[in-house]
Amino acid sequence: MKHPADWMIGKNVNNEVVVTSRIRLARNLRDLSFPGWAKKAERVAAMDKMRPKVEALKVMKNGFSHELSELEPLQKQVLVERHLISREQAARGQGSAAVVDRGQRLSLMINEEDHLRMQSIRAGLRLREAHQLLSKVDSALEKDLEFAYDDELGYLTACPTNLGTGMRASAMLHLPALVLTEQIGQVLQAVNKIGLAVRGLFGEGTESLGHLFQISNQATLGESEEVIISRLERVIAQIETHETNARLKMLEDEPNQLSDKIGRAYGILGYATMFDSKEAFSHISLLRMGAAMGYFPEGTMQACDSMMMEIQPAHLQLHAGAELEPEERDIIRAEILRSRLQTLTAPAINIITNDIVGGSEITGDLNFENE
Amino acid sequence: MKCELCNNKATVFYTQAVQGGQKKICLCENCADKSGLTDPGAFSMVDILMDETPEQAQPVMVAEVAEACEHCGFTLEDYRKVGRLGCSQCYTAFLGEILPMLAKMHHGIKHEGKVPSGMADSLALRKKLAAMKKDLDSAIAEENFEAAVKLRDGIKELEAQVS
Repeated sequence: MKHPADWMIGKNVNNEVVVTSRIRLARNLRDLSFPGWAKKAERVAAMDKMRPKVEALKVMKNGFSHELSELEPLQKQVLVERHLISREQAARGQGSAAVVDRGQRLSLMINEEDHLRMQSIRAGLRLREAHQLLSKVDSALEKDLEFAYDDELGYLTACPTNLGTGMRASAMLHLPALVLTEQIGQVLQAVNKIGLAVRGLFGEGTESLGHLFQISNQATLGESEEVIISRLERVIAQIETHETNARLKMLEDEPNQLSDKIGRAYGILGYATMFDSKEAFSHISLLRMGAAMGYFPEGTMQACDSMMMEIQPAHLQLHAGAELEPEERDIIRAEILRSRLQTLTAPAINIITNDIVGGSEITGDLNFENE
Repeated sequence: MKCELCNNKATVFYTQAVQGGQKKICLCENCADKSGLTDPGAFSMVDILMDETPEQAQPVMVAEVAEACEHCGFTLEDYRKVGRLGCSQCYTAFLGEILPMLAKMHHGIKHEGKVPSGMADSLALRKKLAAMKKDLDSAIAEENFEAAVKLRDGIKELEAQVS
């Protein structure tokens, strides 16, 4: 658990636009009070029933398993920033547990809003793979645990919004070009219209940081897992195409402005001494897009994804080994970014000056040496 | 779901068996009162609302709404406040309240998709068990003791399987 997992930094996979795919399944034990209504003793009893079965799963070998009450606030926050537990789960203590596999691809929350919330995350557009893994885990668990299920309503959940499949499929999309070209509103509206939800980086009620958007199904009842995933895949693929086209159009129509934006982001990240999360995210986002468009050598996009993870508040404090006030965080955040930027090559920028210098092209190499 | 007579929220749902199927009416409390639907003695409105003459005069309330879940004590008021339920059995207790909202939030009100393995069998068993218990009650009421004994033994056997 010391380091972020491969999926968090998109190793060996195309995740230029679709950063990650995630599936979550909600399950409850039959007849036991849901965690939000259960008394403490009932909650603990339910946890004691589920936890050994979850820990005994083959995929959980050498995994991480803790009751939330055993974890420090900072540790919980790190798990939230890695999307391994929800913010809701982090707020819980005794009677709730988190079990995460060694590769941090599979995490099971015990006694969150439902008795069991299982999720699997993958880099890139790989909802099906994530679902296959989860479905296997689900089938293994139901041999030992009797889940609340109804012929008509499907899996019964604490909130009726999750009934049926109990499945939430979502993808994290990086859409800087759609934001910069002001097409994002239209796209998100269309997504909403077809019954999908759009959220920020950390789900419900969070704002979009670094041009990252989470798109997920709202309806869970009345359609099979397959139908829900297929629709989401189609929509995501379309948005991906829009984003890619918007990037190409920017490159074609306003190459100098684009270079300028990317160059400035690189410069600011490399030299600023204070950054709040929001500003840092917006610059890293441009760098990330630049990396995907060939302005930087291979590996830069993964470096951007690592940076996005490292500069979040809990990760920062973990790095610093101390609790930090927001202003101290901004300073350390900038410190980390400056040192990361030193390892990154400056963007290869072609400044096109057709209009100014009679048709000739000047290559402006911005490779200013770092120190 | 909206009332079929005015546009208020429908809270009363009647299903009636008619030739070849069912007829359903959704009304708000006001219109239901006015039409006499909540008075089991008066069915005039049913006839007006349904274009076919009902085969059975007795309307069946599809989904009753209990005040509280007998199993876990969670109340209807709690649900209205927090939008979440107390336990899996609350869905039976408050179905009439929940069902009309489901159509709005989902793409249907009937589950499609994964069925827990083994659950299909045990569900069928439980349903059969419930039906047999009902038969047993009516057999006793009709003083058909021979049938009642058979049913009682059958129920015992099934119960052993379910547990």
